Amino acid sequence: MKRSLSSLLNTWAEVRRGGNTITVFVAVLFILTVLASFSNLMLPVDSAFHVSTYTITLLGKYLCYAMLALAVDVIWGYCGILSLGHGAFFALGGYAMGMYLMRQIGDRGVYGNAGLPDFMVFLNWDSLPWFWLGMDQFWFAMLMVMVVPGLLAFVFGWLAFRSRVTGVYLSIMTQALTYALMLAFFRNEMGFGGNNGMTDFKELLGFSLSADTTRVSLFMITALLLGIAFVCSQLIMKSRLGRVIVAVRDSEARARFLGYRTENYKVWLFVYSALIAAIAGALYVPQVGIINPGEFSPINSIEVVVWVAVGGRGTLYGAAVGAILVSYAKTRFTALVPESWIFMLGALFVIVTIFLPKGLAGLIRGKAGSEDPGSDPGASDSRGSHRSGATPAESRS
Amino acid sequence: MRRVWRSLFAITLGACLVSAVYGQTDVQTDDPAPLVEAAGAESEIQPGPVPEPAPEQPGLDALLLQLTEASLGEAAALIPRLEEQGGREVLPLFSAMLANELVFDPETRLLYVRTEAANAMSVRDVFSGEPAAETLNIDSLQRIRLNNRLRVLLRDGIARISLFEGTDRQREAAALNMLSDLNESNLALLREALADEEDGSVRAMIEVGIAMNLLVMQTTQEQRIQAVEVLRGRLENPVRNLLASLQDPSGRNEQDPLVLEAIDEALESIQTRIKFFRFVEELFYGLSLGSVLLLAAIGLAVTFGVMGVINMAHGEMLMLGAYTTYVVQMLMPNFINYSLWVAIPAAFMVAALVGMLIQRFVIRYLNGRPLETLLATFGISLILQQLVRTIFSPLNRLVVSPDWMSGTWQINPVLSFTNNRLYILIFSLMVFFALLMILKKTSLGLQVRAVSQNRNMAKAMGIRTDWVDAMTFGLGSGIAGIAGVALSQLTNVGPNLGQAYIIDSFMVVVFGGVGNLFGTLVGAFTLGISTKFLEPVTGAVLAKIITLVFIILFIQFRPKGLFPQKGRAAE
Repeated sequence: MKRSLSSLLNTWAEVRRGGNTITVFVAVLFILTVLASFSNLMLPVDSAFHVSTYTITLLGKYLCYAMLALAVDVIWGYCGILSLGHGAFFALGGYAMGMYLMRQIGDRGVYGNAGLPDFMVFLNWDSLPWFWLGMDQFWFAMLMVMVVPGLLAFVFGWLAFRSRVTGVYLSIMTQALTYALMLAFFRNEMGFGGNNGMTDFKELLGFSLSADTTRVSLFMITALLLGIAFVCSQLIMKSRLGRVIVAVRDSEARARFLGYRTENYKVWLFVYSALIAAIAGALYVPQVGIINPGEFSPINSIEVVVWVAVGGRGTLYGAAVGAILVSYAKTRFTALVPESWIFMLGALFVIVTIFLPKGLAGLIRGKAGSEDPGSDPGASDSRGSHRSGATPAESRS
Repeated sequence: MRRVWRSLFAITLGACLVSAVYGQTDVQTDDPAPLVEAAGAESEIQPGPVPEPAPEQPGLDALLLQLTEASLGEAAALIPRLEEQGGREVLPLFSAMLANELVFDPETRLLYVRTEAANAMSVRDVFSGEPAAETLNIDSLQRIRLNNRLRVLLRDGIARISLFEGTDRQREAAALNMLSDLNESNLALLREALADEEDGSVRAMIEVGIAMNLLVMQTTQEQRIQAVEVLRGRLENPVRNLLASLQDPSGRNEQDPLVLEAIDEALESIQTRIKFFRFVEELFYGLSLGSVLLLAAIGLAVTFGVMGVINMAHGEMLMLGAYTTYVVQMLMPNFINYSLWVAIPAAFMVAALVGMLIQRFVIRYLNGRPLETLLATFGISLILQQLVRTIFSPLNRLVVSPDWMSGTWQINPVLSFTNNRLYILIFSLMVFFALLMILKKTSLGLQVRAVSQNRNMAKAMGIRTDWVDAMTFGLGSGIAGIAGVALSQLTNVGPNLGQAYIIDSFMVVVFGGVGNLFGTLVGAFTLGISTKFLEPVTGAVLAKIITLVFIILFIQFRPKGLFPQKGRAAE
């Protein structure tokens, strides 16, 4: 009792100390969201300060990416688990949302079949597969957004962390996971629209998806959820739990010897991270209006990692900023010179890893001279350095 | 320094040696290509292998002269006489006539073969196959006319001649050809042929023909059962069709229950054999996939396994190798058959060079930070892909297979191995053992192993670890380049070639056990064979998924792979 009270006090003290980051991040996010929404809805179209609906949707998309980056940062920056398959959880969440939106189309599809989505009519199916049942209920679909990726993350994490699979092995396994899912979702027989995925959505909870107000609302909800996810993650990292997680990152064996069941911490953090990714995916789909198996492709997941690396690992806000910056750069450069983007992305990988191991956040922090025990990206690799390539197998002491 | 260069030289020499040795095997195994091919078509018997034209036989010449003047009816009478007179020598004449290619010069009354291929017309002498004299007026040539009756006569004649006079292979082909044409005259012919046939397999084929003929004729029960006995386990298509049709009430419908029972048994034995050969074929395809995986993965086994460096750009080394093959072919369009011998060392050098550059300029700075290495090399792989896309276009490029790589090795009617897969299987094993030798027997190999076991100690002993790293990386990448040459013969050469193999390669290395080349060998073939055996049951995509899931689960229980490293290096 006493212990839990003191830990609670500790946590509060931690929050106060790190509160600065939280306040700044949430305040900036809040102000920008409100400004953008206001100028879209209230200002006339020809005003210089008017923000087009296209921009709003783009911003909403970036915020979804920021959430996904946050999810990756939680496990990579704080726990040293490099997941190259987080796109899988993002896409699964997106698919759950897509299924709901698909059912909302009702009889307005090309074939006008109220009971079956278009692609099933096209495949000559005569009834909904069992896993589509209940997806026309919003609450159930939202439950599935959480349950399916969460369960996958739990099973995968439980299997992997319990057998102490770490380091690059884990990374490659996560990549194989998303690769396998991509292959599976490309199959028409899976019942998720195959190659084309799902698109042509009409409305969400009765609101037309093409209306400006719906777009702005979705954008605001995304911002709100990003804020919540950020605050939650920050609180977790500042708490006692967060300390253990950082300890696991820096020296898992030592943490284990001190009596912590490190695999449990890792599993739950992995599930938490997968849930954030899934929610981001669910918010992403109504805004971009399509979900297809391409979202599972390994390169998407690895791009997320580069967002985090650019922004700065183990800082949370860095991940969000990195995601938005890199995505913005991608939008601009693919519009200008489509071929150049891949070159730049590739160069970004190399430059960030060699010259900017702490990302942009590291640059700022280096100047400010502040220190935060929760964020020392270099430390995450110290486990490997003393063996310097003796064998790629991570220590399984 | 000098030693390092010597090592590099040794590697290159090894690569050349591999290609040289590979070249020799190719010569040895090349012949059995067109085994039964001639059996298929009526006119396929080539006018090549006739030893000497026989113009000195007066009878034959006179007959030939008559042929140019004969009406259709007279020609029908001439053909058996020609066959009698000329025997094997009239084979090219008959096949040319059957193909409607036989022409004669109205002035000299000499016969020629006129073939039209790809807009070019060539006129050759019927018997010698040599091009006709320049002075010949091609336009005045007249075609020897043909009707269905003549065609039948010619076909029979060709069958008879090949059955009695051809080489072993031709005789067998002729007998096989007669299986689908059951009648009294053929039966008599086959019996006659059997009497003075000495070659075992030709005899067997003739016996099959006789048995089939007996089965469809009004023979006694005992004879028929004996005939079925002969057909037991024969894999030829006509045999199966005949037996099935005898069982079928709407087909030939055999009535006798005892004979039917024998037929049942015979068909069953045929099915068992077919099943066995199908199994062998699937095993071959599995081995072939395994060899591809092995080629893709052994380079990785060096960089990842021995050096402990994750190289996500490894797939792009394969791609570079494949594109090198393409460029080499572009540079020597007239020597496609030899281009591979140039491409193999070239691909090794290109990929090794790129690999060493990557090592020197990127990976070196990330020593001991595996996750960062992974990210940086991934960036490099993106750049290389885009580079190829920009230079060669995003479309697939066509790499031509040399003649000796195409074709199949027909072992029996249901089992055949495609040559390119067979060669690549052999090639992959050679590369594997060459690499093993380099690591076990050369000074570079010794240094590589020393560095991989204990970097600091190796350094203390005077080994230039940074150069050894570069060399190892060059070696691994170069082998990936060679693998790219092999892949260019099997799949499309495009910018995404490498991506398709990178995950599989990692799976192979991890499955086999990191740092263990034999593990990689076993892992590659295990995965290849299991994938190919799963595919017919589940479909290609699901088979891949199942394999991936299997490996994910496998790693749970044996995180160090099939053959974990032992001792200090294992830690």
